Amino acid sequence: MTYLAKPKLLRADAPRNAVGYTRRDYEGAISTLCAGCGHDSISAAVVQACFDLDIEPHKVAKLSGIGCSSKTPDYFLGASHGFNTTHGRMPSVLTGAALANRELIYLGVSGDGDSASIGIAQFAHAMRRGVNMAYICENNGVYGLTKGQFSATADKGSKNKRGVVNSDTPIDLVALSLQLGATFVARSFSGDKEQLVPLIKGALRHRGPAFIDVISPCVTFNNHAGSTKSYDYVREHNEAVNRLDVILPRDKIETSYSPGSLRRVVQHDGSVLLLRKVAVDYDPADRVAAMNYLQERQTLGEIVTGLIYVDSSAEDMHRHLNTVEKPLNQLGDAYLCPGSKALDALNASLR
Amino acid sequence: MKPTNIGGHDYFHKVVDCQWACPAHTPVPEYIRLIAAGRYSDAYMINWRSNVFPGILGRVCDRPCEPACRRGRVDKEPVAICRLKRVCADLKDDIQDRLPRAPEKKNGKRIACVGAGPASLTVARDLAVLGYQVTVFDNGVAPGGMMRSQIPKFRLPDEVIDEECGYIIGLGVETRYNQWVGSLKELLAGDWDAVFVGTGAPKGRDAPIPGRQEAAKHIHIGIDWLANVAFGHTTKISKRVIVLGGGNTAMDCCRSARRLGGDDVKVIVRSGFEEMKASPWEKEEAIHEGIPILNMRVPKEFRHDNGKLTGVLFEIVRAEYDAKGRRSLIPTGEPDEFHECDEVLVAIGQENAFPWIEKDIGLEFDKWDMPVLDEKTLQSTLPKVFFGGDAALGPKNIITAAAQGHEAAISIDLFCRGKKLDDRPPPEFNLVSQKMGIHEWSYDNQVSEEERKKVPVKALEKTLKDIKLELEMGFDPFMACAEAERCLNCDIETVFTVKTCIECDACVDICPTECITFTRNGEEDDLRGRLKAPAPNREQALYVSDVLKTGRVMVKDENICLHCGMCAERCPTGAWDMQKFFMQCADAGTEAKRT
Repeated sequence: MTYLAKPKLLRADAPRNAVGYTRRDYEGAISTLCAGCGHDSISAAVVQACFDLDIEPHKVAKLSGIGCSSKTPDYFLGASHGFNTTHGRMPSVLTGAALANRELIYLGVSGDGDSASIGIAQFAHAMRRGVNMAYICENNGVYGLTKGQFSATADKGSKNKRGVVNSDTPIDLVALSLQLGATFVARSFSGDKEQLVPLIKGALRHRGPAFIDVISPCVTFNNHAGSTKSYDYVREHNEAVNRLDVILPRDKIETSYSPGSLRRVVQHDGSVLLLRKVAVDYDPADRVAAMNYLQERQTLGEIVTGLIYVDSSAEDMHRHLNTVEKPLNQLGDAYLCPGSKALDALNASLR
Repeated sequence: MKPTNIGGHDYFHKVVDCQWACPAHTPVPEYIRLIAAGRYSDAYMINWRSNVFPGILGRVCDRPCEPACRRGRVDKEPVAICRLKRVCADLKDDIQDRLPRAPEKKNGKRIACVGAGPASLTVARDLAVLGYQVTVFDNGVAPGGMMRSQIPKFRLPDEVIDEECGYIIGLGVETRYNQWVGSLKELLAGDWDAVFVGTGAPKGRDAPIPGRQEAAKHIHIGIDWLANVAFGHTTKISKRVIVLGGGNTAMDCCRSARRLGGDDVKVIVRSGFEEMKASPWEKEEAIHEGIPILNMRVPKEFRHDNGKLTGVLFEIVRAEYDAKGRRSLIPTGEPDEFHECDEVLVAIGQENAFPWIEKDIGLEFDKWDMPVLDEKTLQSTLPKVFFGGDAALGPKNIITAAAQGHEAAISIDLFCRGKKLDDRPPPEFNLVSQKMGIHEWSYDNQVSEEERKKVPVKALEKTLKDIKLELEMGFDPFMACAEAERCLNCDIETVFTVKTCIECDACVDICPTECITFTRNGEEDDLRGRLKAPAPNREQALYVSDVLKTGRVMVKDENICLHCGMCAERCPTGAWDMQKFFMQCADAGTEAKRT
């Protein structure tokens, strides 16, 4: 943690994106998390992803709950809309916001406590309703703010800092989201931005519920031998199924990979997900196979990362509910409140 | 790339760009921090040890440090290092009791220094404190050499020269003023253990074009004229003056002329404005005083009316560069330009002259009539004769003269003790962690975002009337502190320890200028291209670590590191540390370490 604000001095050759911003323009306040926290790397990855996608910061709404992870939206996109909800309630508030204004890009940030314990019902229903959002769970397996108790995602058999072994079965949010109907499901590691940044970019450009479980070591309480969420452990057991590149419609696709090793997925907005296969014969379009693969690998002690499942033709909540396209705040009073005559007509039609 | 060797003093010294660029390797950031802390006398003494004339150099130094300053690469302008040096000289307390004293008992060796300029005085200082009996010869009436005779008083008042030369003479250095050394042979017969030649470059180059002889009365050699002004022999000049030349002497000439009655003073130069040898700030000051600078004009003829100068005829040229970058001036074919004037000052260069050194005493000269020297030891082919300053390797500047004076003093000391001259004492250096607590460093790591402060000056109407009135007033303590805070503390080095790094990326994420990258190793060209921010400035090193656990290496581009310490603050394991690198060049008398 640092007390100083970052100096504003910029390198003269700092690159600018298509909307004229430098990477620094996507930063937020200085982080107050512990030095070395994985969450700060995820914040940096969000900054990079939004810079790369030429997103205007004011077109983003970032919502979070309570916890170390839920503090992070303060540390990126300082010029975006934000909402810190009560513990575990980010998905409902985000759903409401999305219903009211579908023109914003919704980024939900949560942690393993916020999503897998107090907010698990909220998590589940946001996924099954198909809310159009990118949901990032910064997963470190411990309750860092309350001094390092195991969380619901801590692996059975892993040890806490004082040597106590966890006897409870973990919740796998990736498996859960697959089952519940998320249409973009990925897992990554805060210590691997080359993998994480494209996944966030893909999720931000995806229509429908996109879930990324990011294993993010807690340097203070869960980065010791015996932990299964430490930098060393995750690096040793990380098995990526693929590597992703996100290509915007304006960019030319130039790849030098042999044809068989590459898979192209075109999303609804024309952006292209280029997947380089790492695991042989892994098909990210096959949900059942993905669920099986996850279980198989998990029993071998591997941590499966990469883009695990994507359904590029998915539809979202707006389509299901046939909501109005214009944000409610732009509709005008007459449209929003048609008056007693319209009400009478409606009532009459139901008699 | 191989892991960077941070063991010696070279790597981290180069990161301190200002200190690296300073010929005397003055520890700049260290004294700037002392100024910010109000410790002016301490700051002065650090300067005094390295560059001998802080008050003088704080006014008239050529400032090789400022173009090198890292701040200039991340901000509009570098730190005003030179004028901060003046602050410590202006605001210090009496430092007499901090000066070293010459030992009562002398070592019996007698050294003659010819000339009382910056090089000679540096030699005298370094050797006097070791017990040498040093005698300085000069044809003037007071010490200082060209600092006194050529630099106008409105830039460098006599009191400053008197004070700082006085510190040296006060060490028991014997002076023989008003004594012209006319023969080295004769001097050598005087049983000296060593002779140091610091006679400068006393001959101003002339412009041998038509009309020069006839109008001689109205045409003066710049440095001679400046000396006459300095000593009060010349007190006025005609209304219309042309100064030929584009160096700092030309700037001094035109600004002096402006103060002695020249209403219409022009500088006319062969080269373009950018290529002029004068320092940018000196050109600026001349322009500020209402002196136009005309470029790309080669003087062709002095026009006169029976010996009375009427003006100068110029040919208009343009510059062309050949494949090797050599410039030639090609006439544009436009009609020649005539500029009326009453007097001309010729300031088109200075040359060395050694008419007093006999050719038959074993001291060799090269084809340019310069003494053959060992560039490092400054020893001539006559072993007991050493050179320094403008007399050694051609005209440069005061700070170079002081640096060469130090080197010559080391050589003379080694020579007098019968030691090998190339067995030179290494600089003293130290590297110490600045960590005081979790977020506390023993330096102010907050980067100031203030702009460079301009030195306040006296009103032009006043200064143009009095040639002895110093134009600049110097920074007051508040401005000095604000300017000092702009220093990026480049001597507080980022030191990386491979074995404690857990590769959490915290440093990469926090770095405000994206200097740090963890990546697979490669050749330098390849690496420079694929860092988080490409590193095109090859003058600046890449700091490459040994291989980390994941097989990657840490690569830091030193180019625009702000030394803010954020990487070290965010490092959970202390793999990054901020360590102060302090280095001072060895003085004469320091023993070379045996390894």
